[in-house]
Amino acid sequence: MSRAATLSRRTLLSSLVAAGAASVLRPLTAAAPPRLILTRPIPSSGERLPLVGLGSWITFNVGDDPVARDSCTDVMRAFFHDGGRLIDSSPMYGSSQEVIGYGLRKLGKPSRLFSADKVWISSGGRGPSQIEDSRRHWAIPRFDLLQVHNVLSWEEHLPTLFSMKAAGRLRYVGITTSEGRRHAEIERIMRSHPLDFVQVTYNILDREVENRILPLARERKIAVITNRPFRQGSLIRGVERHPLPAWAPEIDCANWAQLLLKFIVSHPAVTCAIPATSRVDHVRENLGAAYGRLPDEAMRRRMVAHVEDL
Amino acid sequence: MPEWRTYTLSDLQSFSLQTYYRLFELYNAAIWPGQIVALGSGLHLPHWGSGLHPRRGRLIAAILAGCWLWIAIGFHATRYSTLSWVAVYFAWGFGIEAALLIWAGVIRGRLVFGPRVDAIEGAGRWIFFFALLVQPLIGRLLGREWRQIEIFGVAPDPTAVATLGILLLATGRVRWELIALPVLWCAISGAMLAAMGAPDAWITLVAALLAVTLAAWRTLARRRSQRRAI
Repeated sequence: MSRAATLSRRTLLSSLVAAGAASVLRPLTAAAPPRLILTRPIPSSGERLPLVGLGSWITFNVGDDPVARDSCTDVMRAFFHDGGRLIDSSPMYGSSQEVIGYGLRKLGKPSRLFSADKVWISSGGRGPSQIEDSRRHWAIPRFDLLQVHNVLSWEEHLPTLFSMKAAGRLRYVGITTSEGRRHAEIERIMRSHPLDFVQVTYNILDREVENRILPLARERKIAVITNRPFRQGSLIRGVERHPLPAWAPEIDCANWAQLLLKFIVSHPAVTCAIPATSRVDHVRENLGAAYGRLPDEAMRRRMVAHVEDL
Repeated sequence: MPEWRTYTLSDLQSFSLQTYYRLFELYNAAIWPGQIVALGSGLHLPHWGSGLHPRRGRLIAAILAGCWLWIAIGFHATRYSTLSWVAVYFAWGFGIEAALLIWAGVIRGRLVFGPRVDAIEGAGRWIFFFALLVQPLIGRLLGREWRQIEIFGVAPDPTAVATLGILLLATGRVRWELIALPVLWCAISGAMLAAMGAPDAWITLVAALLAVTLAAWRTLARRRSQRRAI
């Protein structure tokens, strides 16, 4: 199997040294061996992002519930602890932005954070005020990435986002869609605008983007965030009734979540998958997909065939 | 395929069932013991309806309007809106139903309750008591905590179903203008609960379907009897 995520020689060597040292020290310290999270560069800047991020659709929309807000904070704490960076949200996601802001304040505003949000309003003129509301909810000085949610009024919002980027008030610009909607329009925008990111639905059963969007992203040097990796939970609930395939350890998968995520992030055009969860054990499982070996093309075909047969 | 056809109910679901149940748990704790007051006044409604006081219809309409207005402000606008921007529109819908009840029932006195005239009236009484006493218990039996159950007068689902029951209890022409919004709410709530996988999603849907069927039956029967009279 190939380690498909790109590793520089220096990081690879330091990883090997660290792993070797850990294997020697383990009997004495009983500590877990240090591991390097797999990353991939954002093509427009070279900045590296871990292959697995954190979505917030449904799971972080818990309103004013103090217990649930603390649970979400625990999820974020585990996410950052295990090497995660990118958290994605939207004004469409109810209280999710406020809950993320609550968690970030409690965690002391982790410097690792890569903040990704969206603008989602039909009026282009009201986009800036919505973005400012979102920023205040997150309680951060600026977003790393802002995306036009579901390409809503993109003609009006993209100029706003590009001017924010030019003024240094934003680092990256993107657009999103989900569940295969408006792909032709997404393609046109990808060809005609200097986007940094595109966000689409991609998972082991929904692979339409492999045909045109993902190759185009590579050609245009656009980073790809993939949403709905588990089809809002229905995909993983479906496969979890079956035993993990015997070959799963060959790609360092200890559970179905990691297998499904490794399929996604092993596509060379994918920069980051963003599974959402409200559970600490699940976020740890998900982050586990950003460690160890990734499947090569032959293994990816085997994974698809196996899951489609279930 | 048009884009709107690619959307399903689950695409409109922006929070989990556990979060929805917790919403009621926190709401119930905040308004306690308002549930007792609401339930107590609800239990008296049919009794007042069968009484002889000439203003009983206005009294019942005023109590129902108070419940709908409270839910519009105290639940949808204040609580539910923290989870979903759609709740603002729900608050307006509940406010409009309160206004309609005041206009038709309190000001114009169009909600008339008299001696029992048909089987539909009896069915209305059953629907009403179902919403008051059985509907919260079904939620408990199907997995909700006691603190998470929905109570007539302060929670939208049992209030909508109970209102449909009361409207079927009234004599005279079916008040479709008052039935429409409770039925619409039952359909919306049932669909949202179904999208979240709630085991009790069917309750409001069945109640709304039953109420509409009975109301349509009474309307047709009334027309037939009017034709015979001519």
